[in-house]
Amino acid sequence: MNTPTTIPQMIENHRDSLLADWLQEQATIGSQRLLISDAELRQQCLDFLRLLQEATASGGMKDMNSPQWDRVKELLESVATSRAQQGFSPTEVATFVFSLKKPLFGRLRQDIRDVENLGREIWAGTEMIDRLGLYTAEVYQKARDETISRQQAEMLELSTPVVNLWEGILALPLIGTLDSSRTQVVMETLLQKIVDTGSTVAIIDITGVPTVDTLVAQHLLKTVTAARLMGADCIISGIRPQIAQTIVHLGVELGDVATKASLADAFQLALKRAGLEIRRPAASALAGED
Amino acid sequence: MQLEPRKPAVVRDQVLPLKSDADVVQARQAVRRAAEELKFNLVEQTKIVTAASELARNTLLHGRGGTMKVEFVADLSRRGLRLTFEDRGPGIADISRALQDGFSTADGLGLGLPGARRLMSEFDIQSKLGEGTRVTVVRWKP
Amino acid sequence: MDRIPILRMGECLLVTIQVDMHDQLALALQDDLTSAITKQRTRAVLIDISALVMVDSFIGRMLANISAMSKILDAETVVVGMQPAVAITLVELGLQLPGVRTALNVDQGMKLLRRALRAT
Repeated sequence: MNTPTTIPQMIENHRDSLLADWLQEQATIGSQRLLISDAELRQQCLDFLRLLQEATASGGMKDMNSPQWDRVKELLESVATSRAQQGFSPTEVATFVFSLKKPLFGRLRQDIRDVENLGREIWAGTEMIDRLGLYTAEVYQKARDETISRQQAEMLELSTPVVNLWEGILALPLIGTLDSSRTQVVMETLLQKIVDTGSTVAIIDITGVPTVDTLVAQHLLKTVTAARLMGADCIISGIRPQIAQTIVHLGVELGDVATKASLADAFQLALKRAGLEIRRPAASALAGED
Repeated sequence: MQLEPRKPAVVRDQVLPLKSDADVVQARQAVRRAAEELKFNLVEQTKIVTAASELARNTLLHGRGGTMKVEFVADLSRRGLRLTFEDRGPGIADISRALQDGFSTADGLGLGLPGARRLMSEFDIQSKLGEGTRVTVVRWKP
Repeated sequence: MDRIPILRMGECLLVTIQVDMHDQLALALQDDLTSAITKQRTRAVLIDISALVMVDSFIGRMLANISAMSKILDAETVVVGMQPAVAITLVELGLQLPGVRTALNVDQGMKLLRRALRAT
């Protein structure tokens, strides 16, 4: 492909009619009009044609990873990201680019009389538009993934209640699967609460945690270490037999971290460390009630 | 052939000298301001500043001084902070060893490089004996 | 060169670190504190780092050194008020400061020191 492409010249000459045909094409294919205003769509298309013309004129179509194409990519990114948020389907988003084929090739057919030349231009154009369309679909996917992980993060913040069991004693009952990012949030919430309440003991209860992998075990240990650096002790309670086995098999050193079978046992230990104890009222005091 | 994502664009940059202890403090404070401006949360800010402190000290002690570049970068839908530490010092003979915990030449704890690597999202080190060292770290904000 | 002030409060030496320390300042504090322990014959040191927004390996090592040196000089050191973000970062950095006594705040640090001194 040594012959320079006529596509940039063609876009420049026929910009208005191309735009009209392209908008028409999108209107017949899709339901896009319901979700986006005509004016907005028109502006996006106009911008795209302008940037595409610039990119093909300066960079050519051979190396679309060259910086000349960055502005085209940037526009597609903003189109895909905003449409992901507006609730467009992947097909609708990719159609934004693919629907340009028909009007573009129609113009090429009008302009180029030589068959061989025409074939070459159409092939180059197809390749270019396909790649831009796929790029758009990929960005859309990424934007959706990010929306999901952002929502997950928001839910995480809701799901870590740190409770004050007694003056100076906190408990963090963990329920459900612990992954890296959740453990991170849990850790930060707990440590902040330790400072806010001036608590010297924190019980991390993992009765409700089905499994623990190396990473999670290490995160728990990091939490315990960070708490110790701040001047508070942690007790881990509710370790199930399977989890105890996993911890040993994984070779995770719990070191001198206090562990207790149940939250109740851990609470007792915490009280003891604080110099408190729970006692039944003396027998004589109860005798009169029979 | 697939289209590659755009290279992160540099939105803004700033270069600071690392010639003295006081420069290291200045560098830390510049990084803190940048991280605040990018709205990193407190824990992330602390991690970035701490990594910067370790790397700045390395540049000063092992590289006999150099520079730190602070850049705001952006790609697809993320923004981030990129820090580049550059010196024209003796260079590092064995990079993989320098990245191990506990390996130190200048009477330190040997946590500088491996520690900074753990605190950041991306870490890259280039070094040539007799020519110098360049460490680039990025922390992305989703 | 500026230095970090060391206050005497009853039995105890009190240091509040409030500035972003450069390395020489940290080293100077280490020197000043160890000589103050011997000169003033104190057996308790309290270092308040609640205003510190960053502790890197150098400052971490200084805290560990002060603890270890004061122990040899028959004094107890407690480091109080480390911020959560700082603690998380230190752990991630790989520094666990095993020989350093810690407390949440000055009050609890004082209590800890009194108990430690009674025990020895």
